[in-house]
Amino acid sequence: MPKITYIEHNGKTHIQEVPNGLSVMEGAVQNNIPGIDADCGGSCACATCHVYVDEKWFSKLPKKENAEEDMLDMAFEANKFSRLGCQITITENLDGLVVKMPSKQA
Amino acid sequence: MIKTDVLIIGAGPVGLFTVQQLGLIGLKAEVVDNLDKIGGQCIELYPDKPIYDIPALPECTGESLTKNLLEQIKPFKTNFHLNERVQEISKEKNNWKIKTSKDKIFIAPNIIIAGGVGSFEPRKFLIKEAEKFENNGIYYSVKDKNYFKNKKVCIFGGGDSALDWAIELSKFAEVTLVHRRNEFRGAEHSSETAKKFEKEGKLKIKTPFQIISIEGEDKIKAITIKDEDGKTEKITTDCVLGFFGLIMKLGPIVEWGLNLEKKHIPVNTENFQTNKEGIFAIGDICTYPGKLKLILSGFHEGALAARGCFKLARPNEKYRFEFTTTSKSVHERLGVKKVD
Repeated sequence: MPKITYIEHNGKTHIQEVPNGLSVMEGAVQNNIPGIDADCGGSCACATCHVYVDEKWFSKLPKKENAEEDMLDMAFEANKFSRLGCQITITENLDGLVVKMPSKQA
Repeated sequence: MIKTDVLIIGAGPVGLFTVQQLGLIGLKAEVVDNLDKIGGQCIELYPDKPIYDIPALPECTGESLTKNLLEQIKPFKTNFHLNERVQEISKEKNNWKIKTSKDKIFIAPNIIIAGGVGSFEPRKFLIKEAEKFENNGIYYSVKDKNYFKNKKVCIFGGGDSALDWAIELSKFAEVTLVHRRNEFRGAEHSSETAKKFEKEGKLKIKTPFQIISIEGEDKIKAITIKDEDGKTEKITTDCVLGFFGLIMKLGPIVEWGLNLEKKHIPVNTENFQTNKEGIFAIGDICTYPGKLKLILSGFHEGALAARGCFKLARPNEKYRFEFTTTSKSVHERLGVKKVD
């Protein structure tokens, strides 16, 4: 099962096994990893599952759709490595993925 | 003061359908919502997105679903109190006394919370100085555009509100539009107008930039913005407008003494009552083993909560289960003409 590393804003690290097919957001929420709110439940409608993807991994992810880019406008401290956790689906290729959570989601 | 059988918090699909379920069993409801329009998340977050899992509706949109639900509750002539948030509740004998942000008072034996993930509020700047200047230089909406006349105004955001206000205010104010990326997500013609205005020197556009600090003592003097490569720029300005869309906040609900589990309200699945008698929670805001955040689940929860409300609204009557196909009293409530 792919292992995903979630790093909280304060540096606290959680290494979590997340089954293929779940999203980065679900992997955090279902395992009580703090820092991801996911208010809308994963419909790409709220930008409260905002994560910074590790630089090495960013280019390996499938590209953002327009809807995700539009929602990222709402995530205040977004940068060029920003993604929405609900839009990244875990696959074997993402084993080892590292994401950091922002200081606040909203 | 308004007396009613049930006060519903939230005018989303689940709140609307519950009005119908209450109406069928002869209970009157009033609906309060913090948004300026009816429809909740369906209207605010995804009015045009297709929905495929409403029973017997192969495909609809948030907007059409809302329209149809309003049609379905027409016979009950429900009052909606929009732009209002329920602030305080207190128990008075067998009733709840409910006070809204506009100081309206409701008296009702039942409250149904169908509040989604909370009330919609503007998403704010997260830098700490922003709080200090809120409503004194930093604004998240325009109440009176004349206030900005001949002022230096920085507008943040890439959607329609940011673009529309940048264009409008540029007619009589010195406007700088700042956005975190080069593309604007607002309507194409608005973003073209803004770019045309920039060429003509009517407004300035700064992309891809974000705010990092605000300077000033009693009022704002300047702000500093930073681009993706860390390059900073200082802009002297009188005020800052932020249009980052809306966020859902649980708000005053957390102070009502209800049990909470991670922003959700636990309920029993018999009538969706919370730990307080006469307070029910349905839709996305409630939780119980197996809970699914689907609109259709919310409809079911509303139907059962409505029956739960009957007991407290009509303590001396016995609830009778009736079908809409055959019940005369239901037909009267619906105003359906008898066909012989």
